[in-house]
Amino acid sequence: MPHRSGLICHPRACHHLRAMITTKERLQIARQSMPEQDASLRQRNFNEVNLGFSEKLALLEAQRCLDCKDPKCVEGCPVMVNIPRFITLLAEGNIAAAAQSLICDNALPSITGRVCPQETQCEEVCIRNKKGEPVAVGYLERFVADWARSQTQGQALQKGPSSGRKVAVVGSGPAGLTAAGELVRYGHEVTIYEALHKPGGVLVYGIPEFRLPKQIVKEEVARLEQAGVRIECNVVIGRTYTLPELRQRFDAVFIANGAGLPVFMDVPGENLKGVYSANEYLTRVNLMAAYQFPKAGTPVLRGRRVAVVGGGNVAMDAVRTAKRLGAERAVIVYRRGKAEMPARIEEVHHAENEGIEFEFLVAPLEVLGDEKRWVRGLKCQRMQLGEPDASGRRRPVPVAGSEFVIECDTVVVAIGTRANPLLTATCPELKLNKWGNIEVDERGMTNLPGVFAGGDIVRGAATVILAMGDGKRAAKAMDEYLRAL
Amino acid sequence: MTHKVVARAALSPNVTRLVVEAPRLAQIRQPGQFVIVRKGEGSERIPLTIADADPEAGTITLVIQAVGRSTRELVALAPGDAIEDIAGPLGRPTDLIASGRALCIGGGVGTAVIHPIAQGLHRQGVSVLSIIGGRSREWVIYEEELRRLGEVIVCTDDGSYGRKGFVTEAAKEVLQQGSIQMVYAVGPVPMMRAVAELTRPMGVPTIVSLNPVMVDGTGMCGGCRVAVGDQVKFACVDGPEFDGHQVDFALLMDRLSTYRDFEQEANACAEGTCRIGLG
Repeated sequence: MPHRSGLICHPRACHHLRAMITTKERLQIARQSMPEQDASLRQRNFNEVNLGFSEKLALLEAQRCLDCKDPKCVEGCPVMVNIPRFITLLAEGNIAAAAQSLICDNALPSITGRVCPQETQCEEVCIRNKKGEPVAVGYLERFVADWARSQTQGQALQKGPSSGRKVAVVGSGPAGLTAAGELVRYGHEVTIYEALHKPGGVLVYGIPEFRLPKQIVKEEVARLEQAGVRIECNVVIGRTYTLPELRQRFDAVFIANGAGLPVFMDVPGENLKGVYSANEYLTRVNLMAAYQFPKAGTPVLRGRRVAVVGGGNVAMDAVRTAKRLGAERAVIVYRRGKAEMPARIEEVHHAENEGIEFEFLVAPLEVLGDEKRWVRGLKCQRMQLGEPDASGRRRPVPVAGSEFVIECDTVVVAIGTRANPLLTATCPELKLNKWGNIEVDERGMTNLPGVFAGGDIVRGAATVILAMGDGKRAAKAMDEYLRAL
Repeated sequence: MTHKVVARAALSPNVTRLVVEAPRLAQIRQPGQFVIVRKGEGSERIPLTIADADPEAGTITLVIQAVGRSTRELVALAPGDAIEDIAGPLGRPTDLIASGRALCIGGGVGTAVIHPIAQGLHRQGVSVLSIIGGRSREWVIYEEELRRLGEVIVCTDDGSYGRKGFVTEAAKEVLQQGSIQMVYAVGPVPMMRAVAELTRPMGVPTIVSLNPVMVDGTGMCGGCRVAVGDQVKFACVDGPEFDGHQVDFALLMDRLSTYRDFEQEANACAEGTCRIGLG
């Protein structure tokens, strides 16, 4: 099957499905649920939680799509995947064509099918969500993408006719990998520089195996390499080479080095032994495989009682990791309420099923230590919601006299990250905003000609799919820029 | 790209010098900078100061004290073996004074870290006096290399070589003569703290190089946080060198003990006495 062979693909959308099944019949099909690894088992292992649809479930779910004339889901998708097209092809049983359609729109569907917040994107605006439940776009994307991965034929990504232009991509996370894939298809010679020893960025150091198996990332990276993308690990741009040096050696540069600097709470006791940033905790476990210590060389503290501060996806990943490392109690401490949590609903559900506890409307005041300076507790106070703040969410206000202690031996801080100045500091001409993020125009180009940027270094902490959207858009703009040189 | 080991030498009973291929690093490294080394699949990422470099040969010198399993893995390498990953140069280069006289104090394996600083100072035309120490004669390293850069005073705890006593005692005498503009001290935490306490009342600026636990070395994990004055700094990107009069050494020492139990477990495993996984 020759999918991914060119930039423009238009699989023939057949409409005999309409003849096969009426709208009324479609409306009667209930949303299919995702088969999961049993909660009591999975809270003690790192295997993937979601097991994926069978072909039968996938075809049934696909038939729920009404193939709207004006599909809102496409607008809801940051990379504008033609969702009704691939789902209709799937519903007809033409999985190969569905895969071809999907992969032309989205380079890493096995990844986004697992980690995208569909409930606030495509599925939120699905017409069926108005009266009932939306089409399970994410599960179907994952099914089609995994089917394509399982095919031995036609997986190759093809390099376009050589343009003779050289491009550097800084960072091999979702933005960098997406941009590299697009750029190589446009025919440019691409080199990715990765600071760590393994490519994948947040996909390998941040997102745990139980949500995104590392094998998938490995395969995507291998596909890029087979198409001629060079990946150099252990190269820290800003240290090993500076941005001005890259500009001399390449015709264009795409900066996608992420938002690496962890933010701490700035409360007393934060340097006690047993306090981790989520970045450190997850990197130790995911990238360095500390859950296999002493087989793996890197250790991680296996807390008996772990408190994770924050309410986003990273906090969920950290707290569920703590449980899997053997914690008796793993608690989320979040200063707002459940409704305000930025984490994906599915992750919160999974966490609840796994026995994760939640302390909502609670803010840490101090990390308490024992005489040997090990964490023994997290002193907190209760909050109530006041007026909306700049983010539009109601601001938490302390409740006087509500202090209490959560007894714990490990605290993981997952309250966000800031821009890492390692690269930007070596190029003072590069325009940054007041938070140190790189400023770009609508094409993704910085104030320096030929230097583009995307992902978290531009947006601050955002999502995998937004980073991929940046990579895709910037690659197109870079291609135009390079062809005009 | 892997990095071939081209030479290996035992410098003291537990300190080994490896010369490894790393052409880019050999060209651009500056005094005070370090690399993150990962021997291979499953190994830890560990920070090591670049003790020396030969840009023509395309090699850097790493001096490794075997303390845990990961460092022992590295010192067991022989010429011809390869290290899979070396990332760098990381950290800020040393703040070298431009002229005058500097005192470089090295204790144990820290003497290898002092060496590139002394080299940098010497290159700038700064007069370098080094005081280096070890438990006994066999523990003294880098004496010859430092002698090429200036005067060297050697101290041993047992008096088996050079002066008997700690480096701080020799340093006190030198500092009392009053000609030192800047002190650079690298060694065990108690030594650096003692030097900082010695120079503080004298008002001699003192730079120390810190060695906290690190994972990525690029500012991403925050595991290497240290308290300097009233601020929390990441040693990997803000350091590793800081004003010794501002550093909270007690915190550094405490955080360095975080994984002590794990180290023992890993060592036990390496020695075959580990019971984990054996039921």
